[in-house]
Amino acid sequence: MDFGLSEEQQQLKESARAFLSGECPTTFVRKIMATDDGYPRELYAQIAKLGWSGLVVPEKFGGAGLGMLDMAMILEEGGYAAMPGPFLFSSVLAASVLKLGGSEQLNSKWLTALAEGKAIGTVAVVERAGSIDPVDIAAVATKDGAGWRLNGTKMFVPYANVADFIVVAAKSDAGEIFLFVVDAKAPGVTIRLLKNLDLTRRVSSVELKGAPAERLGGGTDLFAKLIDVAAVAVAADSLGGTERALEMAVEYSKVREQFGKPIGSFQALKHAAAEIVADLEPARAMLWYAAYAQDTGAADASRTAAMAKARLCDIYSRGTDRAVLMHGGIGFTWEHDMHLWFKRARFNESCFGSPAYHRERVAILGAY
Amino acid sequence: MDLQFTSEEEAFRLKVRGWFAENMPTSGLSADSEGRDDKTWLARAKVWQRRLYDAGYVALAWPKEYGGQALDPVRQSIVNDEMVRAKAPYLVGGLGLMMLGPTLISWGSEEQKQRYLPKILTAEEIWCQGYSEPGAGSDLASLKTRAEIVGDEFVVNGQKVWTSGAQYADMMFCLVRTDPEAPKHRGISYMLIDMHAPGITVRPLVQMTGDRGFNEVFFDNVHVPRKNLVAKLNEGWIVANATLFHERNMLGSASGSEQRFNRLLALAKSIKRGGRPLTEDPVFRQRLVELEIRVEAMRYHAIRQLTDQIRGKNPGVEAMINKLVGTELNHDLASAAMEAMGDYSMLSRDDEAVLDHGYWPYEWMFSLGLVIGGGTSHIQKNIIAERGLKMPKSR
Ligand SMILES: Cc1cc2nc3c(=O)[nH]c(=O)nc-3n(C[C@H](O)[C@H](O)[C@H](O)COP(=O)(O)OP(=O)(O)OC[C@H]3O[C@@H](n4cnc5c(N)ncnc54)[C@H](O)[C@@H]3O)c2cc1C
Ligand SMILES: Cc1cc2nc3c(=O)[nH]c(=O)nc-3n(C[C@H](O)[C@H](O)[C@H](O)COP(=O)(O)OP(=O)(O)OC[C@H]3O[C@@H](n4cnc5c(N)ncnc54)[C@H](O)[C@@H]3O)c2cc1C
Repeated sequence: MDFGLSEEQQQLKESARAFLSGECPTTFVRKIMATDDGYPRELYAQIAKLGWSGLVVPEKFGGAGLGMLDMAMILEEGGYAAMPGPFLFSSVLAASVLKLGGSEQLNSKWLTALAEGKAIGTVAVVERAGSIDPVDIAAVATKDGAGWRLNGTKMFVPYANVADFIVVAAKSDAGEIFLFVVDAKAPGVTIRLLKNLDLTRRVSSVELKGAPAERLGGGTDLFAKLIDVAAVAVAADSLGGTERALEMAVEYSKVREQFGKPIGSFQALKHAAAEIVADLEPARAMLWYAAYAQDTGAADASRTAAMAKARLCDIYSRGTDRAVLMHGGIGFTWEHDMHLWFKRARFNESCFGSPAYHRERVAILGAY
Repeated sequence: MDLQFTSEEEAFRLKVRGWFAENMPTSGLSADSEGRDDKTWLARAKVWQRRLYDAGYVALAWPKEYGGQALDPVRQSIVNDEMVRAKAPYLVGGLGLMMLGPTLISWGSEEQKQRYLPKILTAEEIWCQGYSEPGAGSDLASLKTRAEIVGDEFVVNGQKVWTSGAQYADMMFCLVRTDPEAPKHRGISYMLIDMHAPGITVRPLVQMTGDRGFNEVFFDNVHVPRKNLVAKLNEGWIVANATLFHERNMLGSASGSEQRFNRLLALAKSIKRGGRPLTEDPVFRQRLVELEIRVEAMRYHAIRQLTDQIRGKNPGVEAMINKLVGTELNHDLASAAMEAMGDYSMLSRDDEAVLDHGYWPYEWMFSLGLVIGGGTSHIQKNIIAERGLKMPKSR
């Protein structure tokens, strides 16, 4: 019985904190926010050298072969720094589904390149209905010789604008859901960048007109696994983001004075901050378990992933909202950094299933 | 990370489970403090704790020389889980076991440990907590009960209030003012007072539940030997806080919440509204899941702290939230159950039509008492902000 981070995990987290505070301060984040594609190439080259890109990629494809709990350390720090770019979608989500469902040949191409930092992948699930529920997926896959062709329009696809390959959820003639890998430069793929609210991220629509694709093994199970991994990953990012917002609000409350004293001495602010901590700490333990359950394949892995996603996204949205309030007028400016996390929280909340959607999954999986 | 219990621990769990299956008292004692008014309750409750102790299931982590077994905290947590699972009766010596005992182990003199600890385990001496006073609740350090040194004794005068279990306690761990001139935190001492001593009057107070749970305790020239002082004179505040730390962890314990949630879910499944079970009402269903998620998070939070304890890590802000989160959660669970019962929530537990054996009306009220007792939620938030987040003090 040892429910805590290992020495290595703690070190990974600390080194990620140190690296990102040096290389990815908010001045840097803002520079990337102002670019068209939102993709910090030099930072990502360094990340690849650190071994983060291939952290969960098996060793035979050039990765470190580590698990979700290890990855959660980096994701949490990425959230803390509001790190821009496709990391979560490429090195966590695309990497995880390829690892499980990709052919040897496909993986030696994409997974290897991904681990080396030479390729970016992403995942495309949601369509115009704005939902990850399989019922709301209409994209169709048709058999074409040895391969497949995809038709449909995907929405809100993270970083499709810079991706080399896209993992697409589509249905076979029989209505069964599968994941397919599409080359982003292939004929029949049209990518249009959407105008994002959270500028630490980019999303696009992806139109597929007979785009050639390769099917991943695993069907419905792999799709479910993708949602689970996404839930845990987004939850980990949210944990770090909430920590940062709380830290900023608390630090500000110690230096800003009104009525002749620091505003942090007013109970309204103390209680607001204490409530965030009281929500956050138990959720942290839950996230650890959810990531660990992904690694061990525990029977309750899906259910806990859904719990962690619902809970941490709720906490992140509420926490950043209160943190803006604790700053007063300055928190409402573009110049102040608070709105980076405020908006990122809302992105996380909707991305890969709302808290209400995941709560419903918890109910179904728990036979309510 | 490893969530597996060792095979010895699993075997231990099965042994404990088996013991509870065979030894649970069949009537007259329950998991909450229900029935404490009954004259024969005390005797039966003491017998129950003694049986548990003889079986080796009380205070497993205490040092051997004081009657413990010096086992690691995992064994204790297994026993706690199994007690909850078996719906084992409330331990009448709980305050001694969970609050005073650990305090004495850290702060007591050797003589005090030998004199008091073994009898806490066997329920031969039942303890109560004399902290709150009419003028000193949240602001505990403003307490006024006075202890003056006369020869080798203290003479105590004053009043305590809300003293749980004083009506049957043999001893009280008590905060008294020994230096009225010093700043308020520096003139307090921590002492152990015999509740049978002359000059002590206990006046019961009836709680909103209708039960006699707490009391007023009056001290009129009560003589207390000097050797009953814990730690140094006027240095009682730090000892008081050690006890509060144990109290808050006890009150915020996650182990009961899971059982309560399961009970709430079963209740919601059994209630039909508009022709379908309440669990299929989309709004109530979401509410249930939110509660379950909070319960689960607290469960993992507790295991995390158990690991920290084994690893020898000092508790930080994560321990400061236990009381706030645990008691609010338990009260929210009970409030949801009351809402689920609809009109049936009008009934007291004594009506034969009451749902779920009348568990919830009592639990709903009692759980709010715990949001207040041991330092209210407001005070917990002040502590989290000031000590945990280092936000500036108001004063
Ligand atoms: C969109 C917008 C438009 C505005 N337009 C105008 C305008 O046209 N003209 C104008 O004059 N002003 C304007 N303001 C300024 C606005 O009135 C102030 O921002 C507001 O009064 C808060 O003051 P502050 O920003 O100095 O924050 P602070 O006073 O520093 O407050 C910071 C935090 O401390 C809290 N706090 C402070 N004192 C206490 C206390 N005693 N008890 C509890 N909590 C406390 C606050 O609630 C807040 O959470 C505008 C602000 C915004 C956001
Ligand atoms: C069921 C139960 C059992 C108890 N058992 C015991 C026992 O065995 N021994 C014992 O010594 N005591 C016991 N108590 C007493 C308990 O510790 C006190 O009731 C509690 O600390 C609150 O003190 P008070 O009742 O004087 O309320 P007050 O301190 O008067 O508080 C009234 C309200 O003001 C708020 N408040 C006060 N100060 C602040 C502040 N600084 N900031 C924000 N809000 C504030 C409180 O949160 C509360 O809402 C028990 C209480 C209950 C309910």
